[in-house]
Amino acid sequence: MDLTYPPEAEAFRQEVIAWLQANLPSGWGTPQFKLPGDPKQRRAWHVDWHRKMHAAGYVGLTWPKEYGGQGADPVMSMMLNEELTRFEAPQGANALGTRIVGPTIIQFGNEEQKRAHLSKILSGEEMWCLGMSEPGAGSDLASLQTRAVEEGDFFVVNGQKVWTSSAHLANYIYLLVRTDPTAEKHRGISVLLVDMKTPGIVVRPLKQITGESEFNEVFLQDVRVPRSNLLGEKNQGWRVIMGQLGYERSGGSRGMNCQRALEDLVRLARNTYRNGKPASEDPIIRRKLAQLAIEVNIVRLTDYKEMTIQLQGGRPGPETSFGKLFWSELNQRLSSVGVQILGLEGTLSKQSSDVVKNGEYLYAFLRAYGNTIEMGTSEIQRNIIGERVLGLPRG
Amino acid sequence: MFFDLTDEQKAIKKAARDMLEIECPRSYVRAMMDDARGYQPELWKKMADLGWMGLALPERYGGAGLEFLSLTGLIEEMGRFLLPGPFVSTVVGGGLTLAAAGSPVQQESILPKLVRGDLLMTLAVGTDHGRLDAGGVQNSAVRQGDGFVLNGIVRLVPDAQTADIILLAARTSQQHEEGLTLFLVDAKAPGLSVHPQYTTDGRKVANLEFSSVRVPSTAVVGRVDGAWPIIAAAQRRLTLSLCAEAVGGAGMAMEISVEYAKTRVAFGRPIGMFQAIKHKCANMLVQVESGRFLLYYAAWLLQEGASEAPEAVAVAKAWCGDSYTKVASDGIQVHGGIGMTWEHDMHLFLKRAKVIELSSGDSDYHAEHIAKELERRATAISSAR
Ligand SMILES: Cc1cc2nc3c(=O)[nH]c(=O)nc-3n(C[C@H](O)[C@H](O)[C@H](O)COP(=O)(O)OP(=O)(O)OC[C@H]3O[C@@H](n4cnc5c(N)ncnc54)[C@H](O)[C@@H]3O)c2cc1C
Repeated sequence: MDLTYPPEAEAFRQEVIAWLQANLPSGWGTPQFKLPGDPKQRRAWHVDWHRKMHAAGYVGLTWPKEYGGQGADPVMSMMLNEELTRFEAPQGANALGTRIVGPTIIQFGNEEQKRAHLSKILSGEEMWCLGMSEPGAGSDLASLQTRAVEEGDFFVVNGQKVWTSSAHLANYIYLLVRTDPTAEKHRGISVLLVDMKTPGIVVRPLKQITGESEFNEVFLQDVRVPRSNLLGEKNQGWRVIMGQLGYERSGGSRGMNCQRALEDLVRLARNTYRNGKPASEDPIIRRKLAQLAIEVNIVRLTDYKEMTIQLQGGRPGPETSFGKLFWSELNQRLSSVGVQILGLEGTLSKQSSDVVKNGEYLYAFLRAYGNTIEMGTSEIQRNIIGERVLGLPRG
Repeated sequence: MFFDLTDEQKAIKKAARDMLEIECPRSYVRAMMDDARGYQPELWKKMADLGWMGLALPERYGGAGLEFLSLTGLIEEMGRFLLPGPFVSTVVGGGLTLAAAGSPVQQESILPKLVRGDLLMTLAVGTDHGRLDAGGVQNSAVRQGDGFVLNGIVRLVPDAQTADIILLAARTSQQHEEGLTLFLVDAKAPGLSVHPQYTTDGRKVANLEFSSVRVPSTAVVGRVDGAWPIIAAAQRRLTLSLCAEAVGGAGMAMEISVEYAKTRVAFGRPIGMFQAIKHKCANMLVQVESGRFLLYYAAWLLQEGASEAPEAVAVAKAWCGDSYTKVASDGIQVHGGIGMTWEHDMHLFLKRAKVIELSSGDSDYHAEHIAKELERRATAISSAR
């Protein structure tokens, strides 16, 4: 057991801190700085920030040098994540590309695919989304129906995806298709890497309960995808998906994120009156905050454990379900406490003059409902833990 | 021993359900979220014609003079359909409070109109610094000549933007509970401004700002400095009305979820066959039914004027507020991805639930009252021995 960082990582930390202080806009982290309210402008801001980070070499730290990465030790990327989170610096502009699709291509892609995509994922030229779920295939992903038929050097794709996060912002989609409808359902699936400019793809944003549109429907009609865009082998897509889901479900900096959110709640509790005194003096609120602190510790340590597996050269497997399950449910509890401390005021939406912090607490509360659904529901995570980790009989 | 609604009360509920099934589809609920007024006058008129406004108001003013439990059942149905509009504010906050504490002249001038559906009200009690006790009322009323001058701000008053008459609690002296007075204030009075705020459920709330608003002494309801018992009683009725809405809404959220669990297929079978989902649905039923028991019990104690009523109201609110949120939250989870969409209705229930949960004191607040009551009783028992 050793939770200290090697000296070179500590030196790197100082470098990152200096860089963030120099590059984050002035007033960052204070009420003086506001991101643009308009979603398009906000997005442009995030993309710009991504480019800055990339230019500094902070995107894809651990990726191989030949594909645009820095070939750094994973502990460096952990360090980087810690500092980014501490400064609340955004890191999400192409998260699906850098956290999920990129590592999956590194693991399963051929040389040509790695050369074609990896450096562009890092630079942000390629923004990715994940086209997995369908109206009739969510938890039961393997029953997906989007069909791809081979015609010469192309697959011709027809079908529909749904809940596709960021599809309205992406120019590439990681697409799950059925290539053999006669085979057992897990054995007839393939993964295609698809340019979203290909004719026949229509994206329709769906509004979420938060009022924002973060996910979409994606309609595919006679979409011609070059055969060379097949990731892994034909009909062997399920293997790729299992690898990809590991990347998707593993944490990274969840613990730090929760920690930041908790610190913010403590500040909120100090500044908000409940029954005539600061909420932070209310024993019930104190107990709630303390309980969150206990659980945030667990999420942080889960991050360390996952990182250790990675440092030892392992790949995330079914045990990542534990971290995803615990974090998602904790995050829901965490996000409800802000609204609770504020009371009725916490339910005010943005356009109210009395709204606190531009409605962030209400947004967080509502958005967290998605956490126990996206990336596999809590029920599915428990099934995985029960069956694939504990070896209980399958239901 | 009879723990159930009477046939008459059930008939009232049934009629309300039939009417709202037609008149209050969720498309109406959604439309009213974006509507500045938040209700359609035609529907309001229909409700009045059916006798809903006056259900529990005296017959001499055109009401039906029924007991509070009948009204509770009606509001439960309104909650089931997420009926928007100022019904509870007008009838419970305004009407019942005035019927209990107003002078005959005040009642005569307001209640018949209210019963006909021609007048809207709300009760405005300050909750400064998150206080629900008398100390939360900081806006003032100062005697001047033959009347009073009102100043200060009352925040997040439900349905304040549509109210014709505001029943306002104001501080007339620095005595804690013995320093509050209730006033009838015309919403159009000079110096009174209304600043709308927007809660996530799309219902209407506003801040009321009084700057030197003059009212005659005939506007005082009850006696000067004597408002706290009136307010406390009114808050209990309002709190139970929220519980009634919660029970109705949670019941509907449960039904929608159960229906989905029966029809949505994953892994070749309806998701309701998975125990993870089946148990969630069963828990919803436990939440809803137990809430309904607590609600009816408290409403009955309240209408009987029983001394246990305040504690029963606290118990009901502590349970029903949380359980509505729980049921709607599980409702989203049972629906999976579609439950996270604006298009699906489950979030309408969740948002209403959250507002109800945090209105009139959350479960922590009421739990404290229950604990105090337990202590008081324990002391009473041991001193009786
Ligand atoms: C915010 C958000 C973002 C998302 N982003 C993406 C994305 O980018 N790309 C993408 O492809 N998908 C995305 N999804 C989709 C997500 O992966 C699915 O919603 C999820 O897998 C559940 O599928 P479903 O919605 O079809 O629900 P269903 O599978 O129909 O599930 C309904 C309910 O049944 C339960 N259930 C199903 N099977 C079982 C079982 N065997 N045992 C016990 N309970 C069961 C579920 O847990 C759930 O409670 C996103 C979803 C959300 C909410």
